[in-house]
Amino acid sequence: MTGIERESETPATVIRGARVIDPADGVDGVHDLFLQNGCVAALDRAPPGFRAEVEIDARDRVACPGIVDLCARLREPGQEHKATIASETAAAVRAGITSVCCPPDTRPVIDTPAVVELIRRRAEQQGAARVFTVGALTQGLAGSQLTEMAALKAAGCVGVSNAPAPLASLLVLRRALEYAATFDLTVFLQAEEPSLQDGGCVHEGALATRLGLPGIPEAAETAALAAALALIEQTGVRAHFCRLSAARSVRMVARARHDGVPVSADVCAHQLFLTETDVAEFNALYHVRPPLRTRHDRDGLREGLAQGVLDAVCSDHQPHEADAKLAPFPATEPGISGLETLLPLTLRLVEEGVLDLPTAIARLTVDPARILGIPHGTLAPGAAADVCIFDPRRPWRLDADTLHSRGRNTPFLGWEFTGRVTHTLVGGRIVFEDRG
Amino acid sequence: MSGANLQVDENGRLRHFLTVEGLHRGLLVEIMDTAESFLGVVEQSVKKVPLLRGKTIVNLFFEASTRTRTTFELAAKRLSADVLNINVDASATVKGETLLDTLRNLEAMHCDMFVVRHADSGTAHFFARHAAPHVSVINAGDGRHAHPTQALLDMLTIRRHKGGFDRLRVVIVGDILHSRVARSQIRALNLLGAGEVRVVAPHTLLPVRAETLGVRVFHDLEAGIRDADVIIMLRLQHERMRGALLPSEHEYFRLFGLTAERLTLAAPEAIVMHPGPINRGVEIDSQVADGAHSVILEQVHYGIAVRMAVMSLAMHRRIPAPEAREAGAEREIG
Repeated sequence: MTGIERESETPATVIRGARVIDPADGVDGVHDLFLQNGCVAALDRAPPGFRAEVEIDARDRVACPGIVDLCARLREPGQEHKATIASETAAAVRAGITSVCCPPDTRPVIDTPAVVELIRRRAEQQGAARVFTVGALTQGLAGSQLTEMAALKAAGCVGVSNAPAPLASLLVLRRALEYAATFDLTVFLQAEEPSLQDGGCVHEGALATRLGLPGIPEAAETAALAAALALIEQTGVRAHFCRLSAARSVRMVARARHDGVPVSADVCAHQLFLTETDVAEFNALYHVRPPLRTRHDRDGLREGLAQGVLDAVCSDHQPHEADAKLAPFPATEPGISGLETLLPLTLRLVEEGVLDLPTAIARLTVDPARILGIPHGTLAPGAAADVCIFDPRRPWRLDADTLHSRGRNTPFLGWEFTGRVTHTLVGGRIVFEDRG
Repeated sequence: MSGANLQVDENGRLRHFLTVEGLHRGLLVEIMDTAESFLGVVEQSVKKVPLLRGKTIVNLFFEASTRTRTTFELAAKRLSADVLNINVDASATVKGETLLDTLRNLEAMHCDMFVVRHADSGTAHFFARHAAPHVSVINAGDGRHAHPTQALLDMLTIRRHKGGFDRLRVVIVGDILHSRVARSQIRALNLLGAGEVRVVAPHTLLPVRAETLGVRVFHDLEAGIRDADVIIMLRLQHERMRGALLPSEHEYFRLFGLTAERLTLAAPEAIVMHPGPINRGVEIDSQVADGAHSVILEQVHYGIAVRMAVMSLAMHRRIPAPEAREAGAEREIG
């Protein structure tokens, strides 16, 4: 599974009889899909001279663009005891994800072109999926001195971010937004006011009160969001809010957009299903940041996703070694190993009537691709042939032995899902095929 | 995994004592009744019973404590157990040994019970979840979460003075937000059927949605204390002034301090309690702390008996009588 860039060597492939859903192109119907030279060549009619070297029978299956995950920690460089680019991209493609975006909190931090280059090269050599990087907004993510953003952009970063570390002040945020705007870089922001977070580890609500766990109030998110929105409006920078957790935040983003502020936002898949009460008796698998909030918030996030206020669903993949969760709840590391539940949970939203299937696929493909400014997430002729084929009716259960990420930290073990990825293609090559 | 399942065995008997939440009322009554029977023991000149002879109990304190640790130690010794006190400085865990390492090491030394205090909520649950099957865990205070033996000794104190809990008005005054004692007391009072549980505090010292704990919330001490049968004053930590939670001890005492004058608003036979150590002139006036209504020193006295009761109940099921063990072996052979 190496050499995803050698697209010219890929075999001519036809995917026969799939329900092709490509929201970017408004396609939803049963078609044959022809892939050639690593790109989508045509729909329905073979291009002149096309001779299929590989044929995939995809009747009763859905073929959609490969999933674009806005936020997945691959843990490399620096935390290879948790996971590696090789292990996590292999897990990604099994889950239909063909592009992952890696936030800057690697060790060392992605604050120089050298680290960008290191990740790019490692991904080329060992990665099964495409890996994109978000550069740091400040040096070492320390929150005060700006990075060489122009150089980071030239090295290939799709944006800049300081998440999850705080910035020293609103002045630094303002300067950082202005400087990023100079180079037309998208700034990825995590709305979290550190002083209001105040050592908290769960939503400040009834559960925090019952278990005596320090809480993170909703206002930690909304206050930061309000301040950031004011500065974004003033600077005109393109900004994206990562992993919103509160219904009120969704309304604030909707209002800002209505007023013409250039912002987008995403939500992680687990926030659309879990709530504060799932923490139950200190179950550290539910320790996430931002914290799981109330049922009302979860419903607000679902509605925001359906209406398009939230543009994308991401995995917020954070694989951990077992020890990271083996401590009293507040001392555990937050995060869920989420790659392999991104599509299954999103399909479950379709089952539950929150979204229709084409909208769900849009939130996983073209919408996040647009946020990253990458030419993926579509099956339009000429686009790279990144394809996810899944059997929408196949039931399965997420078990320890069906999980491929190095991180076993998911609260969804034992969940029953419907819809299973059977093939994943990156650049026209089959990188995963379910032979089971 | 619910706290209740973790704390009791398949027969509903105590296995770990982590929190009052999820336990049956009958179990709380059993602990109090057992403690009553131990009160006689501790008043004798030979203050020992051989119940836990040969057992090793570890007091594992990750947070400074003199009083609680001392009473656990005395309780264990009066049950004839061997006691090991380990005060783990926070810096020692920074050196790299995880809590799980600490637990495994002590288990390897064949310890039978851990009495655990830690600054993180959920630590006792964590130990119980990972302890070997023969090991019991007693929570001696975890973060802001629970301090169940303190709550039980408070319940015993109330029962001995008031006879029961029906129709009692109990008011808890002070820093509810950070108090594991208050959380456990509120659970226990509601479980035992107290007539009304009230809390009195400024908004900054109340958890959000405090009413979901099963209390009536007051912000005015004089209103909250009216006709109360039991008044529990909580200790105010000095660091609350630094976190912008309160302006000064002076203002706190003026608004929330218990004085003899305010005490007259309570029921005539009201008792005044405090989990200690008390801050005279901050949450309670000396005149009240040392006055006729105060039962503060009795609480300390009952503390040892309650801890003896919890320890013996949690361990007892693992001390089968020799005959029973042999009978079991025969059954297995047959």
